[in-house]
Amino acid sequence: MNSVFKYFADIVSGVRSLCAGMRVTGKYFLSPGEIVTEQYPENRATLKMEDRFKGEVIMTHDENNQHNCNGCGICELNCPNGAIEIITKKEADETGKLVRSIDKHVYHLSMCTFCELCIKSCPSNALEWGQNFEHAVFDRSKLTKVLNQPGSTIKKKEAKS
Amino acid sequence: MSKDVIKNIIVKDDEDYIINMGPQHPSTHGVLRLEVCLNGEIVKYVIPHIGYIHRGIEKMCEADTYKQIIHLTDRMDYLSAHMNNEAVCLAVENALQVEVPERVQYIRAILDELNRLASHQLWWSAFGMDLGALTTFFYGLRDREKILAIFEESFGSRLLHSFNTPGGLMHDVHPNFQKHILEFVKYFRKKLPDYKNLLTDNVIFHNRTKGVGVMSPETAIAFGVTGPSGRGSGFACDVRKVAPYGVYDQLDFKQVLYSEGDSFARYQVRMDEMEESLNLLEQLVAKMPSEGDFTAKMKPIIKLPEGEYYERVETARGELGVFIVSKGEKYPYRMRFRSPNFSNLFVLNTLSKGLKIADLVAISGSLDLVLPDIDR
Amino acid sequence: MILDIYSFSTLTGAIDKGLNSAMAPWLATLLEFVIVGVVFLIFYALLGLFLVYLERKVCAVIQNRIGPNRVGKWGLLQTIADLIKLLMKELIPIKNADGFLFNLAPFIVIIASFMAIAALPFAKGLQAMDFNIGIFYVMAVSSLGVIGILLAGWSSNSKYSLIGAMRSGAQIISYELSVGLSLLSIVILSGSMQLSTIVQSQADGWWIFKGHILAFISFVIFLIASTAETNRGPFDLAEAESELTAGFHTEYSGIKFAFFFLAEYMNMFIVAAIGATLFLGGWMPLHIGHWQEFNNIMDYIPSVVWFFGKTFFVIYLIMWFKWTFPRLRIDQLLNLEWKYLLPLSLINTVLIAFIALMGWYF
Repeated sequence: MNSVFKYFADIVSGVRSLCAGMRVTGKYFLSPGEIVTEQYPENRATLKMEDRFKGEVIMTHDENNQHNCNGCGICELNCPNGAIEIITKKEADETGKLVRSIDKHVYHLSMCTFCELCIKSCPSNALEWGQNFEHAVFDRSKLTKVLNQPGSTIKKKEAKS
Repeated sequence: MSKDVIKNIIVKDDEDYIINMGPQHPSTHGVLRLEVCLNGEIVKYVIPHIGYIHRGIEKMCEADTYKQIIHLTDRMDYLSAHMNNEAVCLAVENALQVEVPERVQYIRAILDELNRLASHQLWWSAFGMDLGALTTFFYGLRDREKILAIFEESFGSRLLHSFNTPGGLMHDVHPNFQKHILEFVKYFRKKLPDYKNLLTDNVIFHNRTKGVGVMSPETAIAFGVTGPSGRGSGFACDVRKVAPYGVYDQLDFKQVLYSEGDSFARYQVRMDEMEESLNLLEQLVAKMPSEGDFTAKMKPIIKLPEGEYYERVETARGELGVFIVSKGEKYPYRMRFRSPNFSNLFVLNTLSKGLKIADLVAISGSLDLVLPDIDR
Repeated sequence: MILDIYSFSTLTGAIDKGLNSAMAPWLATLLEFVIVGVVFLIFYALLGLFLVYLERKVCAVIQNRIGPNRVGKWGLLQTIADLIKLLMKELIPIKNADGFLFNLAPFIVIIASFMAIAALPFAKGLQAMDFNIGIFYVMAVSSLGVIGILLAGWSSNSKYSLIGAMRSGAQIISYELSVGLSLLSIVILSGSMQLSTIVQSQADGWWIFKGHILAFISFVIFLIASTAETNRGPFDLAEAESELTAGFHTEYSGIKFAFFFLAEYMNMFIVAAIGATLFLGGWMPLHIGHWQEFNNIMDYIPSVVWFFGKTFFVIYLIMWFKWTFPRLRIDQLLNLEWKYLLPLSLINTVLIAFIALMGWYF
């Protein structure tokens, strides 16, 4: 008799547990307000990434098209993947002395692992995170970028007071 | 030889009906290849073949400075990226005898628990999917999204946030960090009953997991199965308790232990750990110093004194050990990891022998394997 | 009776009359066959595509997603786009496969489900063939599909397919019993196997209400067993994508895969339609005993709406099961049938026979 009772008790408890599960999915079916999907290309205008979002490494330029990078190459040394190449040139300054300065700051996005070491190690705070994340291209060579804009110059160091 | 070791012996035969589950298979969570020998539906033996995404991380570490190593460890167990980072950081800090600011220790512990929660949520989702309940996948990921949003706000990336650095953190957390964590704790407490109703109490789920893949404590110890999988067998192996690091000795939490050793016990351990993590998060946020340095003073180039260093932490999957041999240079001479998944995987044959092929999927799901961590 | 204004028998009768007066009777009959065949073919394809769309939308909302929304308004053309993709895909020939059986299998599966819809009463006067053994015919024909599945698994020469096919063979043969017994209870109550008579017998209330709790139990058993018979979750062991990648149709590609896919959804439609017809009154509007006014109001809703409304309700129930529960294991599946469903439905059938004999139903 006990086993018969157990047989039916099993059925009842089993059905009850199944109903509990169906209540959960039924609840979500009836509340479309819970939908969490983000319609990506459509919400482009309103999509705001976090300020710290690591999209890509960029070099900050001010309104005079000047940047802070003096081509010291510390970021290149610190990069674990060889994603950064610094190409320098020799330039004469006002006094006629030849000074090393940045020609091209080449950044291979395809090799970057977003470890932030270049940005943290830069002594002149020239690099920063960019929030752009739409990096899909048809040709891998397009992922190689030159970070200093054409015609840009080094920001003059303000005299420290 | 113990009984379990004998059970692990594989006898091959030319007549075996071999099925290769993987490397591309929906339920192997990555590129694991299981050579499964079947007798009808019954599994005769399982041979895991690994190495499909071997990237040579240990060798690569030998050419990197200690700061650069951090971002490689993210890519081992990508679901507990922060714990992997922390393991290396702790090893370096202990070798250099650096005192890390208290605030950093609290933030690290918070990240540990958040990461553990995120990992367990993903595991819950994937485990449900392994057993055929596809909806769990979306519910789990929906809640995990909240944690990832917290990560993104503070560290800029969602999964592989190389946020630790020897001596502290890369930068300070976002001002809204604590607020959002408390909001998440509240939100997730509300969602946990759904988890319970969908899987934990479900009669089909009970049938699929109870008594399936029973692992005795001896087997767990013999194979070095740690983490929730080991604790499901009653093996008290929580590194946070047995060898506390960071601020874990100042916190009030209990080690979740179940003695059944079956898939359901392993499931229960993780579900209980989620609740423990929520409690821990509340304690940590309350105790966390609101101001302070986010990094200790470190030399720009870190050189470890000559010697051998070992440090272990509890990741979401078990005990992660970091072994560094230094010759006093800025690169480690040798670097090795004791990854929890590697040990957890090889118990699969012992557990699933003689069971159905569907049980094999349930067992490998309950062991919560992450393949990049095994292959490194 | 108001019910007659929506009857399709005037339309079908007019077509029949027109054809017979225009040509020889044998030619008219042949033409009618062709017309019915073409209409069903179009209906079959469109309904199959719509069901795929519906399932994707339902599961999306259950899972807090939006579902298909890119092709056409609300993604309505998504499945058509998928079909075009499947049509254009390469049919991959399998080395060492049994070519003839391999190509035959999808047709068997699809023909089995196609034949079954011939006997369904879609609305008043809209039924291709009103057999006097209608329900028996549907049961017999729809269970032919398992042959196709077994052939597909065997001839693919793939280990996953073979296991899937063997599972499905064991599963469908077992669950056929429960489906049969639960349908038998309604056959006992209505005293006929003819589908039109069964529908007519529910003119004063549906069997699920008239047959007390027992009819409800047999409805639940029917739902569970028919879900298993159509290889849908939580009984989708033949496909079990986490164990067998795709089960019996692992090796199929292109339109042959689409045949299996379509047949699965049409089988779901057929069992839902059978369930709706037998337990929920088919195209019969909601009638309550002798409440003449209420019944008249209900009659204003066309019978075709009632039929599809009930059918889609049952389809929704089956989808709801699938997206909630984990999959069973093969031995538990057979346990469920032989230890629980079959004894319960046997007892249920005996009790129903008793009530029918005593006339204790409404």
